[in-house]
Amino acid sequence: MKRETLEEKLYTVKFKADTESHLVVKEAKNCVECGNAHGRPCLTFCPANVYEWEGVEEGLAVRYEGCLECGACRIGCPYDNIEWRYPKGALGLTYRIG
Amino acid sequence: MDEEKFDAIVVGAGPAGSAAALTMARKGLSVVLIERGEYPGAKNVMGGVLYRKMLETLVPNFWEEAPLERPVVEQRMALLSERSAVTAGFKDPALGEPPYNAFTVLRANFDRWFAGKAEEAGAFLLPGMPIEDVVRKDGKVVGVQAFDGSELYADVVVVADGVNSLLAKKMGLRGELRPSEVALAVKQVISLPKETVEQRFNIQDGQGVVMELMGAATGGMVGQAFLYTNRESLSIGVGCLLSEFVKTKKTPYDLLEDLKQHPFVAPLIEGGVAEEYTAHLIPEGGYDTVPQVYGDGFLLAGDAAKFVNVLHREGSNLAMESGRLAGETVAFAKERGDFSAATLRRYREHLDAGFVLRDLHQYRGVPGFMEHNPQFFNFYPQILNEVARDMLTVDGVPKREKERSALRRVLRQRPALRIARDLYGFWRAVR
Ligand SMILES: Cc1cc2nc3c(=O)[nH]c(=O)nc-3n(C[C@H](O)[C@H](O)[C@H](O)COP(=O)(O)OP(=O)(O)OC[C@H]3O[C@@H](n4cnc5c(N)ncnc54)[C@H](O)[C@@H]3O)c2cc1C
Ligand code: SF4
Ligand code: SF4
Repeated sequence: MKRETLEEKLYTVKFKADTESHLVVKEAKNCVECGNAHGRPCLTFCPANVYEWEGVEEGLAVRYEGCLECGACRIGCPYDNIEWRYPKGALGLTYRIG
Repeated sequence: MDEEKFDAIVVGAGPAGSAAALTMARKGLSVVLIERGEYPGAKNVMGGVLYRKMLETLVPNFWEEAPLERPVVEQRMALLSERSAVTAGFKDPALGEPPYNAFTVLRANFDRWFAGKAEEAGAFLLPGMPIEDVVRKDGKVVGVQAFDGSELYADVVVVADGVNSLLAKKMGLRGELRPSEVALAVKQVISLPKETVEQRFNIQDGQGVVMELMGAATGGMVGQAFLYTNRESLSIGVGCLLSEFVKTKKTPYDLLEDLKQHPFVAPLIEGGVAEEYTAHLIPEGGYDTVPQVYGDGFLLAGDAAKFVNVLHREGSNLAMESGRLAGETVAFAKERGDFSAATLRRYREHLDAGFVLRDLHQYRGVPGFMEHNPQFFNFYPQILNEVARDMLTVDGVPKREKERSALRRVLRQRPALRIARDLYGFWRAVR
């Protein structure tokens, strides 16, 4: 099979996005410090590439709409910097196969 | 929700929760089974090998009605280097006939069916309802609070909300998990015609193969990959300790793509259509990370209680067994009319006496051992491939000389004493 991009992978998942993010960065300055201290691991381990570093001014972008709700960022962030909830009701992702 | 009180509330309609709800409903208890997904299974992922024994206890002859993929007749293990693979396996066609040993399943279908069995028995299923917290009165758990603030009451709450168990955390039963206590796994289902699956894996209708892959399959990280046959598709995935992803900065999706491109794997999936990409955590901390599993008015079952046997890739069966035991304990407590910790501790006693905690106890050293001995995931698979290649290459070098040079090759990279220590360590961890 041809090498696939993450976008192609996420295209196979059914999402019904909540109107507000269930993932909230607690302290913007932690993410700044995290760069040198830990290399911002959430940018790479997140299986849906939800987080993107936009620079010291803009901080960490959270594209929560494509979150696979695995919980890794809650545990893997060295600063415990993600406030992590479930999307409301039956919103968020719905696996059709699993 | 009204103020009516139930005998039991079960949070989470995975294997643990549905087993608990089914058990209690059958005993005539009033049960609500609450699930955050649009339907049971909507948020759930596994490889997945479902073992026959524990489900059979709950639903005799379930294979005649459950949505199963293929009975597992063959298990293969492959240690990958960059290009090659050393493989081993066991196949017995008799495993493809009743009473079977295990089946491959896909969870969105399976979980819906299993929760449906609990409904048939009288449990009330409430999907699309994330629970935020438990409700306490005088220190006792007396109900749950949903995301919208509404409350529901019961004598006992069975907490079966899976690996992330935000409830166990809120209840103060455990702190946050450590990145070395969970594996992060990504998976993809790839569809192929039924005949192609059977030809490529040398099986017939009604037979399935499961393959575990290590070494280069995880980029040398502590973890494991898998490739399982379904009816008309394959499940392929890879999972490694989250701490490994944090350290190496490898991305899970690139790892999965690397695996799919591996010369040993690529021909097996060639021509397939990517169906669904999924991600999920697995609790891998073992016995020493099991939190308190009972208290006044509550019980914890399944992944929420960290009941996963990493070495044997067992989780769903431990979930079902613990769910069943939780259900029976609640029924017993109802007979007694006492839902305090003093009565509910019976659950822990049953777990301790049965395979769930006895197995986890036996392997309590495994998680720490794996975390601190990555050579089993990079060095050994690599060197085994090199030795196998040397030994099998016919090039005019006498065999005796080949053996000696193979030994030298190994010892150059890892002294005999270190190897002895590795083997002893492994033996200790699984004793
Ligand atoms: C990639 C992968 C491969 C695996 N392979 C195997 C295998 O081959 N064989 C095997 O036996 N095991 C395997 N496992 C482990 C197995 O999947 C788990 O051990 C098993 O699913 C645990 O069942 P559970 O009911 O405890 O938790 P889950 O199956 O996670 O169910 C928990 C349920 O609770 C719901 N929930 C969570 N929070 C809330 C809330 N607040 N309110 C309401 N509902 C909530 C969830 O949506 C979910 O339905 C694998 C796991 C993974 C990730
Ligand atoms: S790992 Fe945590 S602190 Fe670091 S960038 Fe990500 S969210 Fe911020
Ligand atoms: S829960 Fe998982 S998928 Fe969602 S943002 Fe966190 S790491 Fe990414």
